[in-house]
Amino acid sequence: MSQVLTIDGKDLAFDSGDTLFDVAQAQGIYIPHLCHHPDYPPQGNCKLCTVDVDGQSKCACTTQAETGMSVQTDSTTLTEYRRALTELLFSEGNHHCPGCERSGNCQLQATAYAQGMTYSSFKLLNPQRQIDASHPSVLLDRDRCILCGLCVRASAQEGKHIFTIAGRGSDSTLAVNSDSGLLADTNLSAEDRATQVCPVGALMVKQQGFRIPIGQRIYDQGTIDDLGNRRPQYHSPKSKTARIAGDSDD
Amino acid sequence: MDHVQLAKGLLLADPWTIPPDPQQAPDQAAEYNQQVTRFCTDLCNLHNQNPNQLLQILIRIQYRFGWVPYAAQSILSNDLKIAIGEIRAVIAFYSFLSSEFQGRYRILLSSNITDYMLGLDNVITACQTHLKLSPGTVREDFKCSLELTSCTGLCDQGPAGLINGYPIKHLDEHRICELAQLVDAGTPFNQWPEEWFEIDCGIKQSGTLLNTHIQPGNAISKWLDKEPETFLEEMKQSGLRGRGGAGFNTYEKLWAACRNASGDQHYVVCNADEGEPGTFKDRVLLQNHFQQVIEGMTLAAWVVGAKQGFVYLRAEYAFLLDQLNQQLERYRQKGWLGKAIGGCLDFDIQIHMGAGAYVCGEESALIESLEGKRGIPRVRPPFPVECGYLQQPTLVNNVETFACVTAIAMAGAEQFAQCGTVKSSGSKIHSISGDCSRPGVYEWPWGISIREVLHQCGGENAAAVQIGGPAGILLPKSQFDRTLAFEDLPTGGSLMVFGNHRSPIDIVSNFAQFFAHESCGFCAPCRVGCRQMQHFCQQLQDRQIGSSDLESMKTLIPLMTQLSHCGLGKTAPLAIQALFEHWPELIKEAETTTDGLSFDLQKAVADTIAATELQP
Amino acid sequence: MTKVRVSTCSLAGCFGCHMSFLDVDERLVDLLERVEFNRSPLTDIKACESCDIGFIEGGLCNQENVEVLLQFRKQCRYLVAVGACAINGGIPAMRNSIPISDCLEEVYLNGKGLANQLIPNDPELPRLLNQVRPIHEAVKIDYFLPGCPPSADEILNMLQQIVDGNEPSTSHKNIRFD
Ligand SMILES: Cc1cc2nc3c(=O)[nH]c(=O)nc-3n(C[C@H](O)[C@H](O)[C@H](O)COP(=O)(O)O)c2cc1C
Ligand code: SF4
Ligand code: SF4
Ligand code: SF4
Ligand code: FES
Repeated sequence: MSQVLTIDGKDLAFDSGDTLFDVAQAQGIYIPHLCHHPDYPPQGNCKLCTVDVDGQSKCACTTQAETGMSVQTDSTTLTEYRRALTELLFSEGNHHCPGCERSGNCQLQATAYAQGMTYSSFKLLNPQRQIDASHPSVLLDRDRCILCGLCVRASAQEGKHIFTIAGRGSDSTLAVNSDSGLLADTNLSAEDRATQVCPVGALMVKQQGFRIPIGQRIYDQGTIDDLGNRRPQYHSPKSKTARIAGDSDD
Repeated sequence: MDHVQLAKGLLLADPWTIPPDPQQAPDQAAEYNQQVTRFCTDLCNLHNQNPNQLLQILIRIQYRFGWVPYAAQSILSNDLKIAIGEIRAVIAFYSFLSSEFQGRYRILLSSNITDYMLGLDNVITACQTHLKLSPGTVREDFKCSLELTSCTGLCDQGPAGLINGYPIKHLDEHRICELAQLVDAGTPFNQWPEEWFEIDCGIKQSGTLLNTHIQPGNAISKWLDKEPETFLEEMKQSGLRGRGGAGFNTYEKLWAACRNASGDQHYVVCNADEGEPGTFKDRVLLQNHFQQVIEGMTLAAWVVGAKQGFVYLRAEYAFLLDQLNQQLERYRQKGWLGKAIGGCLDFDIQIHMGAGAYVCGEESALIESLEGKRGIPRVRPPFPVECGYLQQPTLVNNVETFACVTAIAMAGAEQFAQCGTVKSSGSKIHSISGDCSRPGVYEWPWGISIREVLHQCGGENAAAVQIGGPAGILLPKSQFDRTLAFEDLPTGGSLMVFGNHRSPIDIVSNFAQFFAHESCGFCAPCRVGCRQMQHFCQQLQDRQIGSSDLESMKTLIPLMTQLSHCGLGKTAPLAIQALFEHWPELIKEAETTTDGLSFDLQKAVADTIAATELQP
Repeated sequence: MTKVRVSTCSLAGCFGCHMSFLDVDERLVDLLERVEFNRSPLTDIKACESCDIGFIEGGLCNQENVEVLLQFRKQCRYLVAVGACAINGGIPAMRNSIPISDCLEEVYLNGKGLANQLIPNDPELPRLLNQVRPIHEAVKIDYFLPGCPPSADEILNMLQQIVDGNEPSTSHKNIRFD
């Protein structure tokens, strides 16, 4: 029996078990998202994918599709909320885009553009967070981590369980599962999906420094709602020419 | 598992544990480590190396040693097969756990607004004078440490606190001065003045629930020979709604749903987290009426088909643990818990300790915590009634709800529903504190007006009341004719009274502080939003509201109420919203007078001035 | 036709936004038919008179920045925050997670190769703020133009729209933080 709901006025069929995000994605309807990747179980922590379901705000990535639902993926209120959410995420970390290698390839930044954010109206909190540069080929800059938990899920799925989120509230941090708490003491590699899946410039492969100039990066070519959530291809730190296959689009 | 042994032998040795100083004698380091190793290994054995017991093990290590030493972390990691990072992640989540030694005497001061109203500021100053301690620090000699903690549930006896897990009431400068001497002398607790630790029930008005006193088996035996459906029907007739705050129909949303859910096991959980500041009625029920709670849980287990029950007890109430375990044991001995209760039911109850996290009162976070993890609320649906503890159908009810169940079992639905209103049947227990002459615990039928409440508790001079705690409703005087009932002013049982001389800004700021401390940090709107609200309140207090601050706050309020993952973030902005609604003039007054300058310029350059002037 | 009077200034910035503006090249000639520049590094006029539009580059790093900005606000009808530093402190704000006393000590007292170690204490020197702040924390800002720096096109576009009396619309295709 095929089941039907409407998204933005269109009647769409879906299979049981699909989330609203799945249904929309299958139809090429872009819903902003940062903490979700179709290869991993949804968690619903960034709330950017919030949509209107029969007058109620629901998370598209965690809400199961049900027959008869009427879903609105966009509205002025939703845009306002999403813009405020990106502002909150910027205010929480230390996002100095001009000095960040991820700039132009960053999903947070691209989402902020798409929601029309020009500045953060919230107090910049200037947190003091530990940077972990101990690993030979991967850098963890917690200043830019948005606690999306994607690396945690990816690493668990790879059987390595390298990351976890520790602590509570605004003191939550991305922690590394090793005795020393340092990346150097894990078996993480630059090729791991856990490294690649980060939507922002928190987990980055080293030695990429501006190999692709600003202006030629992913979201210099188009907006995130047109291009989707993409991640950059990395050069292998070990060789000048070899490339590590970048994570596929969501 | 030997429940009594767990409680007595390991949690709180008799006399109360004063942990040894790990650094005192370097030559005893080996001995210290041996103690840690032995204790941790024993605990893991006792808990059958079950990783779900991680939190239960950690809290006991914390009480025994005053921290969770590194050595303990690696033993647990080995024995329970949990990665060490995960163990640290859990320690960092719960306020009462720490991976640094907290001193031989750990003093936690309850920082609810009612504690401040009763003189907490003076107590903090006294700690600085007599104990040489500021909040958030451990003294250099590792004798003691001081921290502010969320409401400890003694608002009618504040300023209150906890020392090595034990509640201590009516703190003032004099008491801190005496306490400092005891701490300095390293006095064992059995030589401390007993009356400091005597916690009054403070019952001022009793009704159906508080007047009921049963003997073991009274309520259970009335029903077990019938069919569970008959009792379910009785529950339906009673119209009982949950007493934990949300007010769901207990029969429909919970009992029937859980009974009908399929699973290998069903579980019944009593939510004794009572984290909502200003609430202390569950503590009184546990202190005085635990039998009713046990029997309510047992009847629930019988109806939904559960063999195992848990009481999730907040760490602040650890002092009740012995007493509660003794009562459970008495029930077991009389055959009212355990195998073949009434010849037909297998059911037992275990007490699980919390470790200082308000969010663990949220039912799905509570279940995560029961499983030994960080208390992060789950995605709902599926709701716990379908997929809860260990992914099995789990019924979570408040302490008072279970007491109501027993009342229904004893007197019948009709009698139960005789008082109250049509939509809110029965009576409700309230914890009343703040500016009133008779703070304490009151039981009234639902539907009582605020005016009447204030009359009875001696709070006639109130200018505002907070109903249902910081997550509830801040009600100005003009609305005192409204009534406590799910259809008007729903409440989980916290009612704080504020006189004319209190500043609504101070009240709201205290709540903002609370939420920022207690947000679990899982979802962005609440994790960052609570911090931003806290900052906004600081600006209100400093009269430094800048040009764009009001606008951003007005966006943040609906954003948090609509987009947050759980009830904590959804309710956190309500008090600020009430401030905008009822006291706009106060916000106006707090706007900065220098254009849009939203910070204090003199303060902003003070550090530089100090650095230039201090140099050699 | 009276010309629209524009002032610009750089607070804690690198003048990069001003340099970027100069990339309008010959379009400046047309622009000058409609606007005149008052206080600005371009004119070297030091005191700002009453203006229609003020463009601010740079964030607030010291007391003087704040005072200049407060003056600007009083004089300008519309104030535009131009560039990353004005908007969120930018690169200078990277010091924000380090206590200012540590910064000063490292730079003037403990750093390698220093002679006559002394934290400059001439009363003429503006005092540093403990943290670099965006300018909207000090005054009301009407429009924000991010970028490091924003392109000449964007700056010109913003200016022209305000001059034309339009609400400047920043199409999201044109927003850049780098
Ligand atoms: C942040 C938060 C904290 C909560 N704290 C408690 C609590 O301390 N005690 C409680 O009984 N319910 C608490 N609840 C409500 C529970 O989630 C749940 O609804 C309740 O335990 C169900 O029991 P009831 O139906 O008997 O009220 C809390 C909810 C939230 C969102
Ligand atoms: S992670 Fe993204 S948003 Fe953050 S500084 Fe880097 S580019 Fe900017
Ligand atoms: S490091 Fe990246 S992927 Fe991991 S939680 Fe932080 S933002 Fe998400
Ligand atoms: S609303 Fe707050 S407490 Fe609830 S899940 Fe989100 S961060 Fe955690
Ligand atoms: S993508 Fe759904 S909440 Fe983050």
